[in-house]
Amino acid sequence: MAWLTNYLTSSIGRKLTMSLTGLFLILFLVVHLLGNFQLLKDDGGEAFNKYTYFMTHFPLIKMISYGLYLFIIIHTIQGLMLAAANRKAKGQGYAVKTTPPGVTWASNNMALLGTLILAFLIIHMAQFWGQMHFGGMPESTVYPNFNEGKGVKDLYALVAEAFTSPVVIAIYTIGQVVLAFHLWHGFQSAFQTLGVNHPKYTPFIKGFGKAFAILVPLGFAVIPIIFYLTH
Amino acid sequence: MKLNLKIWRQGGKYKGELVNYQLDGVNEHMSFLEMLDVLNEELVSKKEEPVAFEHDCREGICGTCSLVINGRPHGPWKATTTCQLHMREYKDGDTIVIEPFRAKAFPVIKDLVVDRSSFDRIIQAGGYISVSTGQAQDGNAIPVGKDTAASAMNAAECIGCGACAAACPNGSAMLFTGAKVSHLARLPQGRPEAAKRVQAMVAQHDTEGFGNCTNIGACEAECPKGISLDNIALMNREYTAASFTERPVTVGAEGA
Ligand code: HEM
Ligand code: SF4
Ligand code: FES
Repeated sequence: MAWLTNYLTSSIGRKLTMSLTGLFLILFLVVHLLGNFQLLKDDGGEAFNKYTYFMTHFPLIKMISYGLYLFIIIHTIQGLMLAAANRKAKGQGYAVKTTPPGVTWASNNMALLGTLILAFLIIHMAQFWGQMHFGGMPESTVYPNFNEGKGVKDLYALVAEAFTSPVVIAIYTIGQVVLAFHLWHGFQSAFQTLGVNHPKYTPFIKGFGKAFAILVPLGFAVIPIIFYLTH
Repeated sequence: MKLNLKIWRQGGKYKGELVNYQLDGVNEHMSFLEMLDVLNEELVSKKEEPVAFEHDCREGICGTCSLVINGRPHGPWKATTTCQLHMREYKDGDTIVIEPFRAKAFPVIKDLVVDRSSFDRIIQAGGYISVSTGQAQDGNAIPVGKDTAASAMNAAECIGCGACAAACPNGSAMLFTGAKVSHLARLPQGRPEAAKRVQAMVAQHDTEGFGNCTNIGACEAECPKGISLDNIALMNREYTAASFTERPVTVGAEGA
């Protein structure tokens, strides 16, 4: 297995880890956003609470979510280690700093953007995931013909409560702007890392990546704003 | 025209600092290196140490010239080496800051001269094909399609100057390594050793202390030969495929 360790610790192998974990996180973003849209249903939270119950109790989903936590940790640690190694490999910089034509700001600041995403994730997890698992929420919201008549946690109320604060709205909006920049470079970069660079596909990947980088964070960002305005 | 030069001096009495020079009588027909020649003649006549910089062919093909000019490797012109940059780019009174290529694996030897032997070692690790010596083969014995020849030629244009690593904020030399890997991998003569080559060259790249590519693209933008990022993608696929599929060599173990 020495070959595998060699591969995974080589510059290209480490990149591949970043790419695959990054792409998995991208997939997760889509699922997460689709789930969040349940919040917009005008049903007092029924759809959303049923959805969250399903997501936290269905064994396969639970397994995927453990994989997700692992991938976030790997992506974060590997990303920060790469950034530190790369700073060392550059050594002294230039007295005159320039950005060559065609180079995006995001591509030069992936570690900074990633660290901000991490900060956002910690706040976000403490606020909802932590509350859900360790906040002692009662399982008292009962829906007919659901969960054999037993109650579920009213996460909808938790979300609705959180989104009454302008500070929370600001944090969520900024978090999504940061994510958008990370994806602006990251989406297409992940494919280049995998070696997918082809005149037939690359223009599509780049275009789709940019649309994704704008629309997905926008989708996440409008939900808190809508809540704030309508509740 | 009259120029204000700020030039990185390192070695001898200089600890490593930007030193100011005023240079008069520069004309727009000079190349950038001729402008430095004029400066050096002035310095020598004043019994000062001339500025050390590298150059050889002065026609854009050897890869010896370097320099980071106002923050850009090989200066502001697209796909142009420093020796091909001409002073008509500048006007009277301009300030030009000249620094050496920067990357940990390119230590400064003196002033603007850096040690690029790390590139030689990457080539030694695998940037060749093994052929038996003897009479030259018929050039048409191995058919190569026009498109293949052209794409290999595009990669082979790399002159090994190091501007890619100098431009890269990560100090990565993946554009150089990718160009050399893909130049040979695209041709039938390069295929037999392709898997070994890519593994050896990437390992040497990493050992030399070059950084990890994060697909920023500064290298491609600054490369004087317009080497494209798709060479890095090809290297990534070759490297991953080679790492997962290549069989360890077992000499004589199979019996005949
Ligand atoms: C939802 C969260 C995230 C998503 C969807 C995501 C996605 C991506 C993608 C697709 C890439 C490109 C990979 C490649 O070029 O091969 C990337 C790169 C990167 N990410 Fe993230 N990321 C996320 C969170 C984070 C976090 C929390 C950090 C922690 C600091 C981080 C740090 C980095 C760094 C440093 C890079 C550049 C490294 C490289 O290109 O090799 N990311 N990310
Ligand atoms: S890829 Fe371009 S910049 Fe890099 S060594 Fe080759 S010619 Fe120079
Ligand atoms: S001196 Fe040969 S390329 Fe510039």
